[in-house]
Amino acid sequence: MFRHASRFLIRAAAGDGRSHGRTSAIAVARAFSSDVPAAPSQDTAFIEAWKKVAPNIEPPKTPLEFMKPRPPTPSAIPSKLTVNFVLPYQSEISSKEVDMVIIPATTGQMGVLPGHVATIAELKPGLLSVHEGTEVTKYFVSSGFAFIHANSFADIVAIEAVPIDRIDPSLVQKGLTDFTQKLSSATTDLEKAEAQIGVDVHSALNAALSG
Amino acid sequence: MSSAVPFWRAAGMTYIGYSNMVASAVRKCLKEPYRSEALGREKVHFTISKWSDGKPEKPTLRTDSAEE
Repeated sequence: MFRHASRFLIRAAAGDGRSHGRTSAIAVARAFSSDVPAAPSQDTAFIEAWKKVAPNIEPPKTPLEFMKPRPPTPSAIPSKLTVNFVLPYQSEISSKEVDMVIIPATTGQMGVLPGHVATIAELKPGLLSVHEGTEVTKYFVSSGFAFIHANSFADIVAIEAVPIDRIDPSLVQKGLTDFTQKLSSATTDLEKAEAQIGVDVHSALNAALSG
Repeated sequence: MSSAVPFWRAAGMTYIGYSNMVASAVRKCLKEPYRSEALGREKVHFTISKWSDGKPEKPTLRTDSAEE
């Protein structure tokens, strides 16, 4: 527990140096990811040196300059939640302003409203619903994570997410009976775990279709 | 007292293995044509070349598609 003490001391000392950006190399030992600067930072020493050597050529941009600055945490609770919902192969929702999002966290269905406390939630297979005015869009999410930031931005990442009308109820039933049978006949721990996963997913699919 | 681990980790599975298994189960429950599109995403095709003593051994080809 105390081996982290030195790290915290350095960080506390770096707290003063942080406002100067990256100019003090020793002070910024390991910045928190929540310390992404509000404005894109430039390495002034590098740019000066570049201009001396090649004044007519634009200095190359560092990766940090390409990063969009983090939207500032507003002092008043915003009225809308901005949602980004991405899958490995496409981005389902990108910066959409909504009223509420209900995510299937492992700890239960979690409703996220604007002004929600910053949370990282692991998702279990279940229903994700996006509420905007009177319309509700429902997706069945396989598993993933939801990052809710203090400034009412929610980033949800999942491996597979489908609108519920694309799910075939008969296949779900068949899968459920198959896996329940596998669970009862499983011998090794791994087989039991696999069968349990199958049962969990299919019951969640069933619940999503009927709920 | 050890921390509460999910049942799949206790059985030796990693999160990514678990997550892929769940995604695969969901994909198998879709209606056509979404099902075939989705199962197409699971296909892998790669070769593994092991090296020993600074020389490559015969590469092994892996082509997997989602089992029906």
